[in-house]
Amino acid sequence: MGRTDTSAMSRMQTLARNPAVVALALTLALAGCANKKNLPNNAGDLGLGGAGAGAATPGSTQDFTVNVGDRIFFDTDSTTIRADAQQTLDRQAQWLSRYPNYAITVEGHADERGTREYNLALGARRAAATKEYLAARGVPANRIRTISYGKEKPVAVCDDISCWSQNRRAVTVLGGAGM
Amino acid sequence: MMKRTFIRLMIAFAGMAMSFAPAYALVEININKGNVEPLPIAVTDFQSGNELGAQISQVIAADLQRSGLFAPVNKAAFIEKISNPDQQPRFEDWKVINAQALVTGRVTRESDGRLRAEFRLWDTFAGQQMTGQQFFTQPENWRRVAHIIADAIYERVTGEKGYFDTRVVFVSESGPKTARQRQLAIMDQDGFNVRQLTNSNDIVLTPRFSPNRQEITYMSFEGDQPRVYLLQLETGQREVVGNFPGMTFAPRFSPDGQKVIMSLQQEGNSNIYTMDLRSRTTTRLTNTAAIDTSPSYSPDGTRIVFESDRGGRQQLYVMGADGSGQTRISFGDGSYSTPVWSPRGDLIAFTKQSGGKFSIGVMKPDGSGERILTTGFHNEGPTWAPNGRVLMFFRQNAGAGGPQLYSIDLTGYNEQLIKTPAFASDPAWSPLLE
Repeated sequence: MGRTDTSAMSRMQTLARNPAVVALALTLALAGCANKKNLPNNAGDLGLGGAGAGAATPGSTQDFTVNVGDRIFFDTDSTTIRADAQQTLDRQAQWLSRYPNYAITVEGHADERGTREYNLALGARRAAATKEYLAARGVPANRIRTISYGKEKPVAVCDDISCWSQNRRAVTVLGGAGM
Repeated sequence: MMKRTFIRLMIAFAGMAMSFAPAYALVEININKGNVEPLPIAVTDFQSGNELGAQISQVIAADLQRSGLFAPVNKAAFIEKISNPDQQPRFEDWKVINAQALVTGRVTRESDGRLRAEFRLWDTFAGQQMTGQQFFTQPENWRRVAHIIADAIYERVTGEKGYFDTRVVFVSESGPKTARQRQLAIMDQDGFNVRQLTNSNDIVLTPRFSPNRQEITYMSFEGDQPRVYLLQLETGQREVVGNFPGMTFAPRFSPDGQKVIMSLQQEGNSNIYTMDLRSRTTTRLTNTAAIDTSPSYSPDGTRIVFESDRGGRQQLYVMGADGSGQTRISFGDGSYSTPVWSPRGDLIAFTKQSGGKFSIGVMKPDGSGERILTTGFHNEGPTWAPNGRVLMFFRQNAGAGGPQLYSIDLTGYNEQLIKTPAFASDPAWSPLLE
């Protein structure tokens, strides 16, 4: 990699800007993972993790999405941050404190079992509640932008609760390194 | 992109010299009576040298049929073949097939290339002409002339303005739900002449017509900044409405067309604002920690109905145009949203969620007289025909890939699918066209 940056963060930024280097780093990390395959895999505790979850380069978008968990879920018509969501947001806040150069956008979403305008406002409320929680955990509010997509961007498509509960969400999107 | 040449319609009451015995009109529909028995009407092919005469009569008959107030008689039952629409028909031939009203007409090409369409409406039992009119237009506007003739027939028989010569702006949806493409589109109220108004990847929602200009207001996520816009239909020119510090949404025009009323979202809080399009001044009308949205003016502009969850669930509230006297009007089981004040002023249409179902209903502005017109898995977003007799809304059935548009009359008995080329939502009916 030929660079000798002292700051881990600036190295991450460099990596993120160079796809070839990222690929190399991932390969190394996966190899590392394979050597430890007999160790207990605790990725399941971390929300969205799966096999090889620990493989993402620390500080990368993939690290955030896979190891930290980029989204939380809400009850119907609710903007309350549930206990499981609090754990995810606590991890997000820690991660964002460790990598302070990321600006973020919190996207608020609603399920389709509501009318359009109300859901736009409900998604905004969920995004605002999420922002507030992160801010209370030390993420500067001026790093956090919010947007609501209402019910317009579902991730799960079916006509029952199994999908609706996945669509009632707030997703923390890393808005790019550097502010 | 939206070059719309409005046809000049010369409406001349055809002084087609024919006089009959003075009227005791039998053909009359009282649409205030509730569930009306549709009036049997024979719509004959307009005389023409080509297929246009039959096409025009088909559009007229379809309009009348969809209104639920008329029952066009099957052409195969016709006895008399109308050879000269200027001559009095043989009323006996029409009475015997129970056609209480009869439409005859002719379409010809003027020397300057324009179409001339003339029609007569006959009361077969009274044995007299009820009305006769003629219109001139460019040939490509033949469907519009047919709608205007259907309006004239509707108005003569019901005593109320028709709504067939109108358009609907809506959101045309395509692609999978997780990557849905949305474009604004406009069509005739019967689903024909669909034209796309936007062409971008941005989410566009809730288009609504200006009451008096060729203009719509809508919401777009352009640049990931969800805001209310104006779109000029004739030029395609767009502009952002106001410079608000947050998402603006749920726009509608005031009845005089001078203001846009909408919601402004700030953090978790949505309040209702107006912006005067001339002075550019903004006025805040609600100030709560709740979701206040979906505002709609009464036709006289003095009051506004909106939805709010300030009491827990979404309910309908009415306030003065200055925000005074905010009063809850919906108290039924469930939650209420997307209220729209009827152009007649007598009713407010809404979406109601109750027991896992979505319904379209109406109530009086004081909240009394609630009636549900249709119920199902998902019905949403009513819009009024300009005569206040018919609603259009969108419906998505369980398991369906996307929403479709439906119309329903105030009796709730006459529900019609409006066929569109793609999935469709957020319909908004135009005012009567000039």
